[in-house]
Amino acid sequence: MTLAEESVLTDDFLRQLMNVGEVDILVGLPTHNNAKTIGSIVQTIQIGILRGFPRERAVIINVDGGSRDGTPELVTGVTIDDVRPASNVYALRTLHSISTKYANSPASGVALRTILAAAELLRAKACVVLSPESSNIEPEWVSTLLGPIYRDRFDLVTPTYRRHKFEGLLITNLLYPMTRALYGLRIREAYSPEFAFSGRLGSQFLGQNVWNDGTDEAAVELRLTLAAITGKYRICQSFLGEKLHVERRGADLVPALRQTAGALFSALDADFPVWSVVAGSQPAPTTGADQEVLLEPLRVNRKRLREMFSIGVSELESIFQSILSPSTLAELQRIARLGEEDFHYPAELWVRTVYEFAASYQKGVISRDHIIQALAPLFRGRAFTFLTENRNASGADVENNIEGLCLEFERLKPYLLQMWKSRE
Amino acid sequence: MREMIISELSQALHEIARGFAHFLPRLIVMLILAFVGWVIAYLVKAGLRSLLRLIKFDKLSENAGASQLLTKAALPSATEVLSRFVFWVAWLGFVLLGVNVLGILGLQEQIARFFLFLPRLFVAMFIMFFGLLAAGFFSRAALLAGVNANLPSPRVLSLAVRSIIIVFVLSVVFEELGLAEQTMLVAFGIAFGALMLGLAIAFGIGGRDLAQRFLEKRFVREEKDNEDEPSPL
Repeated sequence: MTLAEESVLTDDFLRQLMNVGEVDILVGLPTHNNAKTIGSIVQTIQIGILRGFPRERAVIINVDGGSRDGTPELVTGVTIDDVRPASNVYALRTLHSISTKYANSPASGVALRTILAAAELLRAKACVVLSPESSNIEPEWVSTLLGPIYRDRFDLVTPTYRRHKFEGLLITNLLYPMTRALYGLRIREAYSPEFAFSGRLGSQFLGQNVWNDGTDEAAVELRLTLAAITGKYRICQSFLGEKLHVERRGADLVPALRQTAGALFSALDADFPVWSVVAGSQPAPTTGADQEVLLEPLRVNRKRLREMFSIGVSELESIFQSILSPSTLAELQRIARLGEEDFHYPAELWVRTVYEFAASYQKGVISRDHIIQALAPLFRGRAFTFLTENRNASGADVENNIEGLCLEFERLKPYLLQMWKSRE
Repeated sequence: MREMIISELSQALHEIARGFAHFLPRLIVMLILAFVGWVIAYLVKAGLRSLLRLIKFDKLSENAGASQLLTKAALPSATEVLSRFVFWVAWLGFVLLGVNVLGILGLQEQIARFFLFLPRLFVAMFIMFFGLLAAGFFSRAALLAGVNANLPSPRVLSLAVRSIIIVFVLSVVFEELGLAEQTMLVAFGIAFGALMLGLAIAFGIGGRDLAQRFLEKRFVREEKDNEDEPSPL
């Protein structure tokens, strides 16, 4: 461990880690004001460890971003005796639960760095990060995510979920197809709050220069996935079940774009030697279902999405002139004038839009954060078309449509390469 | 009498010749300074032009909105304008040094003033350029925030931000140049006060319904709007 990594850990936390000693399994739990749910989540994790890894040395590490509701105390307060009667399992080893405060406000990048540094110090063989925002964590999640790392020597396990067909539109319409087209591996949830990684991947990633390169640290989970792909580590997916969150954050589109599109665009420059030679894509090994789709009715204000797209195209014309090619902008202006019934943002135009945004981000034609913000109204237009196309679609139809979009991203990859190479 | 006139004339010619003999080397020095100055200024211009092209100054100037102003005034690119300006200032400096060597009374003080004014001119230009850059950046940020928050008339908001910053920058620039300081201070106060009062009246009275809709949307309907848009992640 370098001096830089050591400085991430406080003296008190280092002392706690030294008391724990070496471990086989490490569970990272980043928190911020999660007192309502954290007690049951820690119990669930403990049951998961006792059921799946009763003979292994394990530790639960809570990294807290300045909670004021006593979350850290609740984590360390849950004892193993609380879960034994319910789970009917017994630990053969001591199961530690320790906690540290890394800052006064939440920062997922710092939280993950703290977990990585602790994992390296404790020489953990397999680590899993779970989010207290996921309200339906099951004990099986621990072994589902950790099993492929600990038993089958994979280096990264990303989850797949059962989702509503209209949830995660940024994942299905941008992050998954673009990551797949550029990096050549079909990972459905490259950016997820739940994932598992091997000790060697964690140590390698900790040593990378992603912590001080000025990019948004909030997107560091995605950077870990991309680092695993570019480093040719063994990656697989595990099905976790339904994805439920404590809070709905439907309107937080711009932060979500920063964490996904922004992080992906910023990684493309360094990863150019890797993605520029990749053609097509390969499926990632998957345990359980690849992806399941829920179809129950969901109230969505589609009209508002289209209106915000049209207003955005009209009001941001001067910004789009710096980012988009004249033909793409003209086409967007044409569809922005269409009525709700005729409106259609075709896949090819969406892919060209995203690729031109990525190239402009690289060239830094304007402030990079402004480029990401300018993508928001256009994404809403694409979301409108996706919702319209799949309004009455079955799960298989939705998957076919997503697959079609992915193939469009792969087909137009030479267009991105051409823009990238002629960046001057 | 005749000898006296001839003597006076020859003395006068002698004086002129002596004066010219004193002046000629100074004139030659001035011409040499002007020529050397031209060469140095030309080299500075060429070097600066290459440097500005290397750092993509035109792009920066475009982002700041300065390029649009230059285009409207039928002027060349920002790189060309700045390098030409530096050329002329540098050459003029050398020419004035040469004129100073001539020792013409009264001119020396004016030349000293010119050299004292130069740093203020450069500081004013610096403030102006970065002021325009800041105005461009913050007006674009306001426009994007307005569009993404679905606010009414985001372009007006963006224009207002840009105008306020430019008015402020201009007042600082004039103060730095020492031009009509009092007038500019009063004018800035009046313009800024009028703008704020105008916005307050427009928002409070003229746009009462708009304000009501905005506040309702911001504080009452936010939860409903969230429910209407599926989670992006």
